[in-house]
Amino acid sequence: MRPFEYERASDAVDAVASVASRPGAAFLGGGTNLIDHMKLGVATPDLLVDVARLPFDTVESLPGGGVRIGAAVRNSGLAAEPLIRERYPVLSQALLAGASGQLRNLATTAGNLLQRTRCVYFQDVTTPCNKREPGSGCSALHGYTRYHAVLGASEHCVAVHPSDMAVALTALDALVQVQGPDGGRSVRVAELHRLPGDAPDRDTVLEHGELITAVDLPELPMAAHSLYRKVRDRASYAFALVSVAAMLDVEDGTVLEARVAFGGLAHKPWRASRAEDVLLGAPANEETFRRAADAELAGARHLRDNAFKVPMARNTLVAVLRDLVQERRR
Amino acid sequence: MSGLIETRAIGAPMERLDGPAKVRGTAPYAFEHPVQRPVYLHPVQATIARGRVTAVDTAAAEALDGVLVILTHLNAPRLDSDRDKELWVLQSDEVAYRGQFVGAVVAESSEVAREAAGLVEVEYDQQSHDVELSADRDDLYAPEKVNAGYETDTSDGDVDAAIASAAVRLDETYTTPMEHNNPMEPHTTVAIWNDHGLTLYDSTQGVHTVRSSVAHLFGIDPERVRVIAPYVGGGFGAKGMIHANVVLTVLAAQMVPGRPVKFAVTRQQMFSFVGYRTPTIQRVRLGADSNGRLTAIAHDVVELTSRIKEFAEQTATPTRTMYAAPNRRTTHRLAALDLPVPSWMRAPGKTPGMFGPEVAMDELAIACGLDPIELRTRNEPEVDPESGLPYSSRNLVACLREGADRFGWKQRDPTPGVRLEDGWLVGSGVASSIYPVYSRPGSRANIRFGSDGRYAVRIGAADIGTGAWTALTQIAADALGVPVESVDLQIGDTAAPMATVAGGSSGTGNWGWAIVDAARTFRGDHGTDPAEGAEADGEPGANPDSERFAMYSFGAQFAEVRVHADTGEIRVPRMLGVFAAGRIINPRTARSQLIGGMTMGLSMALHEDSVIDPQFGHVVNHDFAEYHIAGNADVGSLQAYWLHEHDPHVNPMGSKGIGEIGIVGAAAAIANATHHATGIRVRDLPITADKLLR
Repeated sequence: MRPFEYERASDAVDAVASVASRPGAAFLGGGTNLIDHMKLGVATPDLLVDVARLPFDTVESLPGGGVRIGAAVRNSGLAAEPLIRERYPVLSQALLAGASGQLRNLATTAGNLLQRTRCVYFQDVTTPCNKREPGSGCSALHGYTRYHAVLGASEHCVAVHPSDMAVALTALDALVQVQGPDGGRSVRVAELHRLPGDAPDRDTVLEHGELITAVDLPELPMAAHSLYRKVRDRASYAFALVSVAAMLDVEDGTVLEARVAFGGLAHKPWRASRAEDVLLGAPANEETFRRAADAELAGARHLRDNAFKVPMARNTLVAVLRDLVQERRR
Repeated sequence: MSGLIETRAIGAPMERLDGPAKVRGTAPYAFEHPVQRPVYLHPVQATIARGRVTAVDTAAAEALDGVLVILTHLNAPRLDSDRDKELWVLQSDEVAYRGQFVGAVVAESSEVAREAAGLVEVEYDQQSHDVELSADRDDLYAPEKVNAGYETDTSDGDVDAAIASAAVRLDETYTTPMEHNNPMEPHTTVAIWNDHGLTLYDSTQGVHTVRSSVAHLFGIDPERVRVIAPYVGGGFGAKGMIHANVVLTVLAAQMVPGRPVKFAVTRQQMFSFVGYRTPTIQRVRLGADSNGRLTAIAHDVVELTSRIKEFAEQTATPTRTMYAAPNRRTTHRLAALDLPVPSWMRAPGKTPGMFGPEVAMDELAIACGLDPIELRTRNEPEVDPESGLPYSSRNLVACLREGADRFGWKQRDPTPGVRLEDGWLVGSGVASSIYPVYSRPGSRANIRFGSDGRYAVRIGAADIGTGAWTALTQIAADALGVPVESVDLQIGDTAAPMATVAGGSSGTGNWGWAIVDAARTFRGDHGTDPAEGAEADGEPGANPDSERFAMYSFGAQFAEVRVHADTGEIRVPRMLGVFAAGRIINPRTARSQLIGGMTMGLSMALHEDSVIDPQFGHVVNHDFAEYHIAGNADVGSLQAYWLHEHDPHVNPMGSKGIGEIGIVGAAAAIANATHHATGIRVRDLPITADKLLR
């Protein structure tokens, strides 16, 4: 680990100024990802600006409906929040499906969104990786790819985004509030993360020095009946092979509205708009669900070890939609 | 064997004597022993799998504040013996596997050492490497012997002819992956080299083993080496022999005399130089008559070793004694690859070697239309098929029957893939378990009556979390005929008499025997009212029964499995094992050993898989997020029982050893239950969701 400076930010403007003015600076939230990377040599910041104690640690109803989640709210606290459990259960379920109890106690909302891929080559400084060291090559292309992307990958990077929470937020169409050196802006969660293209070192559209201060959930009654399903190699403390966040509005056996996102399949949480298009106005039955899944997965391209993700994603989506219909009947 | 000792403390569920200190954090593990002015070591590891080091630039590393010395093959002290190439550390420019030590930094803090190690620039002349095991390689060879001294191949009768004429035949290939031991406490060494000699605080399964290995390598008198290890956070075989990390630490200590050098291996490093279980490719052929009586068993194993040192896992050896069949054949073939040296991992040979054949027996039971317990019962041998000797005790069938009763096996419908509950397919399975009784000479115990009226019992044994502190105290108390409070056990230090390694499930048997012998001599020499300072030594005597009997523990493993019909996710809500392992010294710690073994078997069945990337030649999933070990949420109801087995032949305690048998057969029981749940036969471990997707 290289020596580094540490500052505790007094407010957001101050924190942004500190990081924006120094190319080697980084924000420190819960540290559950960044500190590991510093030990491994994956990240070598020369200044850490601690933003975990800024006053962004509340979950509040917004005046026009919806809920604002502070960037520093811990994952365990957010999962337990009654507002979230009642109105956005998909988010609570996604949070509880992630990491371990100890990690959730430390991890923050913003940090969770900005966590980096678990691709084994990204985390191993002795192997080439375009995300860690642009231009060095992608070791995963011809390597171990059980956890890698089947959608939206490029010849430069086939990594997946590891967050569960972000998949739920994508299905919920959450809005990320960002503070930058020149003021604030809002970014849809679905547009926060990038596909790798030829610049896989950039995970998100945020510029250096931009700080996430909150995540806003829209008023969304259908979210009260929502599910997150994570399929993984171990019953807890494992990243998703495939995950699905979904909600359905069904009347008289017909789908009025649907929100679906996949995790574990791409470089970003994958909003399944093709699947949603198939579902919309169609009978809420197994055949429709299967067609919806197939429509979304038609463009899937697998690597050496991950062909199974396509049928697994299809089966999981169908199972989740089936469960949602049954839950609404009850 | 003279009579078994009378028991009072033995058999009681005594609580761990070391429990309170461990819970309070006052039990010192290797890294935690207080030392003066320690320095810290971080290794530099090869980033190629084969070749030579051509240049090392240490300038940037040396420039860091706090760096004391940088070791490379150019300046490291010379070792005395190159007999073991695994331990030939920094003695040449040759690189034989990725992750091998090519240097090390010693610094005033662990952070500086680590940063400096990253700044050491090594240039290589890289050669192409070969790290891929397959059964159709043309360079497979037969080792002279396999681990623990077994014959490489055995052949009785005419297997090919018997299979050709068998009414029922099976010919399948089973595989187990590379697996890495990951005790909670990674390997750690603190080495102090000064005028008196060498002191080591080491996380080891045997202080005397470390002493003799280090003394031999460094060419020093063993009496000048002291090794201390009172508490060890797990070993499972990985700490049974010294590995390169111990050698590197001692080399560094020689270069900074008087300064204690600390090297705590990181979790990632656990995957590169402390041994692993070889992957195995097992072809199993069975022939049976129409009643399910085996006429032939063949078990042909392909596995790997390192190019620099041979370790041949004894995978086919359990097949030699499990079931009666007039025609039997076992073989081991090795590929020598550019990989680190494989080594012991809980029940070497038996653990992988009871996967293939025990799944094959399940397949044969179905082919014969027999219950798998009945099939095994029909093939129970009267004497050991391998040696022709009677068993000192063999209670496999009793274990299977008691397990069947306890598990609720009788109600089982054998039809696979037909029980769906809440979206989960449910099934159950069974497999047998076996482990040999190893008796090793060499342990010594000393008993001395002290001024406090207590008996100091000294032996260099190791408690690696097994409960040796407690079990040996119980044995000593009964051997002396005194309450346990009157025994002051002293272990984990070469200042105590020689003890064999905590391995092969043989620690309690060998050390306990030495203690019993010392106690008998003590009472013979000093009576029941000894003078202060009275003492006696003891050692295990020759056991003529070991020539007259085949000695094994047996067991039966049962598992319930649920597989999600949509996603293929697999859960094991229930495991139950029944074991026959002689007399159980301490039921409390024994139960922990057995359910610990079963848990590790569950982990093997569903999770553990070290992935070698042939592009680079190393294990790429080298941490706990990526190399999965069963977590609490994976473990459901775990029940371990044992028969009250009387075996007067094995040792004076009548105990057979329980550290390893719990893992043996567990993975096969889960694989068999998975087939019963789904109708899908998985012959390649681990069993993961993708293999069960429809």
